[in-house]
Amino acid sequence: MAYTEEELKKELENKEYEYGFYTDIDSDTFPVGLNEEVVRRISQKKNEPDWMTQWRLKAFEAWKNMEEPDWANVQYKKPDYQAISYYSAPKKKDQYKSLDEVDPELLKTFEKLGISLDEQKSLTGVAVDIVMDSVSVATTFKKTLAEKGIIFCSISEAIQEHSELVRKYLGTIIPIKDNYFAALNSAVFSDGSFCYIPKGVRCPMELSTYFRINQAGTGQFERTLVIADESSYVSYLEGCTAPSRDENQLHAAVVELIALDNAEIKYSTVQNWFPGDKNGKGGVYNFVTKRGICHNNSKISWTQVETGSAVTWKYPSCILKGNHSIGEFYSIALTNNHQQADTGTKMIHIGENTKSTIISKGISAGQSQNSYRGLVQVHPKATNARNFSQCDSLLMGNHCGAHTFPYIEVKNKTAQIEHEATTSKIGEDQIFYCNQRGIDSEKAIALVVNGFSKEVLNKLPMEFAVEAQKLLEISLEGSVG
Amino acid sequence: MLTIENLHAKVEGKQILNGIDLDVKAGEVHAIMGPNGSGKSTLSSVIAGHQDYEVIQGTMLMEGQELSDLSPEERAHKGIFLSFQYPIEIPGVSVTNFIKTAINASRKAKGLEDMPANIMLKKIREKSALLEIDSRFLSRSLNEGFSGGEKKRNEIFQMAMLEPKLSILDETDSGLDIDALKVVANGVNKLRSKDNAVIVITHYQRLLEYIVPDFVHVLWEGKIVKSGTKDLAIELEEKGYDWIKEMA
Repeated sequence: MAYTEEELKKELENKEYEYGFYTDIDSDTFPVGLNEEVVRRISQKKNEPDWMTQWRLKAFEAWKNMEEPDWANVQYKKPDYQAISYYSAPKKKDQYKSLDEVDPELLKTFEKLGISLDEQKSLTGVAVDIVMDSVSVATTFKKTLAEKGIIFCSISEAIQEHSELVRKYLGTIIPIKDNYFAALNSAVFSDGSFCYIPKGVRCPMELSTYFRINQAGTGQFERTLVIADESSYVSYLEGCTAPSRDENQLHAAVVELIALDNAEIKYSTVQNWFPGDKNGKGGVYNFVTKRGICHNNSKISWTQVETGSAVTWKYPSCILKGNHSIGEFYSIALTNNHQQADTGTKMIHIGENTKSTIISKGISAGQSQNSYRGLVQVHPKATNARNFSQCDSLLMGNHCGAHTFPYIEVKNKTAQIEHEATTSKIGEDQIFYCNQRGIDSEKAIALVVNGFSKEVLNKLPMEFAVEAQKLLEISLEGSVG
Repeated sequence: MLTIENLHAKVEGKQILNGIDLDVKAGEVHAIMGPNGSGKSTLSSVIAGHQDYEVIQGTMLMEGQELSDLSPEERAHKGIFLSFQYPIEIPGVSVTNFIKTAINASRKAKGLEDMPANIMLKKIREKSALLEIDSRFLSRSLNEGFSGGEKKRNEIFQMAMLEPKLSILDETDSGLDIDALKVVANGVNKLRSKDNAVIVITHYQRLLEYIVPDFVHVLWEGKIVKSGTKDLAIELEEKGYDWIKEMA
């Protein structure tokens, strides 16, 4: 399928006109602070139905009584949740007659994110839903998707237009009280993506979302809900970039996936939030809850490339409820300078003959700390559950750390659990060998790292794999010592 | 091409090379022989620029430029190639990807664009045929799980791809059976031209039956103690190294 630029423009214009900037120009950003009133105002801004407002308020009530978790192997100054603004939307100047009239700054941002129209054109087959400072500004390819009955829109829109679906599934996989950050997100989420694939439909293109934190001092709380109905398939890509900021910014997203019988969801993330500077100043706190449920014969596959953020706290998980369901987790987590990552997965085997695979590749450089934390849980009724876990760590230099915290809880004797782990260091002999072939040390390290990460990179869709490979390279720049 | 004068070098505080003189011209093949620990591999590491080796005295000029001023990769860009005695493994990086990266790094250093994929592919086919390399081999991780013979063949394949001016083959014959040795030697011979030169470092004369040198040098205690033609290699094979040691 190929979209003409004209069609694309039209889509963008329509989208902006229809849904884009409905906010009051003067109150684009809320003052800092969080209380019941703020939660109500967010809901009101988005013109949400009462059930949604009540849901948020319930979450806020729960959050107030919860404690920020401190079991992860990360150290940071806890954010002052009253010093954050919980809502910000891009400013609107005028209505656009054509794309030429769109704020060039906004277009420039898109270009920087690598989603210029030209690129979009060449990347046919990728539909993009852009979340920029909380409000979804543009959705493309919607028409094609609509023909197949696929719904791909912002969560705000879904709450309006597909209320019954949202209401049925929102918070069912990650309850509002699940954890501190999930509760916060449930109370204040400003936008995010929603996706529904109808029964028997194979989504013909990769669905893609770019997130970006733009305004200083604003937190970003996206909410994503993906529902793959029976026998459907969808591949979903999520990319994140954030420009340099001195203050730490909070990012607490929630992603829920529902794979009904015989369905398959592939969810890929490339996360490149601002990691802070060389001295560990600034950077994004990335506290994310991602979880999916697999019904009978269904499959959820998480692939993540995490190179950004000052602190990462993230465990994309699978609840293998249905018989013969499959959960997969493929992860590359790279930390450099003073970054800290505590990431991994939970595979909860409930159904019979459930299978899970975990491949985790941690790369630590500089003074960073990189932890894998994973739980494989086999419930009493999960006969013949199987898990294979592989956790590899690659270290660069003598000042970084790699840690592995695998938890295994088995309550059924028929389970087969395998766990493999390796730790290696980039050797001087490897670097010299590359040097001798004319490859400089920086490139040599990139080569070794890409080789190390290959198993996971191969799981990413093609264009994302190339991007991720570049990202690994960029993230390690200057780490040669 | 390469002129080494009075070269002294040390590694980990220990002096290994004690005044090497060597003059290699384009079109020539030099063999450097000597017993274990005489400094053969040290010489190759010093020429290639391994950071653990320190030049204390003397000069190494490659086409008039002092090599000590250049990083290992700059030396490679100038056309120096070292076939490693123990090639290094890089898991997850295919032979093809590695050689592509190496070729393009050298081209970039010369201000050239990346080699177009079709030309690269043609070249890979041609050179792998020369060394009787199976195409499946090219997609394997670099040196990972390779047999001794495969590793050495892969080194010569890289040499063929990079087309260096000066190739140093460090104990390329070690770990090779006779068939593999012939293939490797045959490959090296086909790559010889009036514009490039080869230094063959070996313990045994066996390899020199197939790669016939113009000059043979005997290294002992970090110095070249005797130089001659290929007949010297044969003499060494017959008499061993003891008479050289006595002579020195």
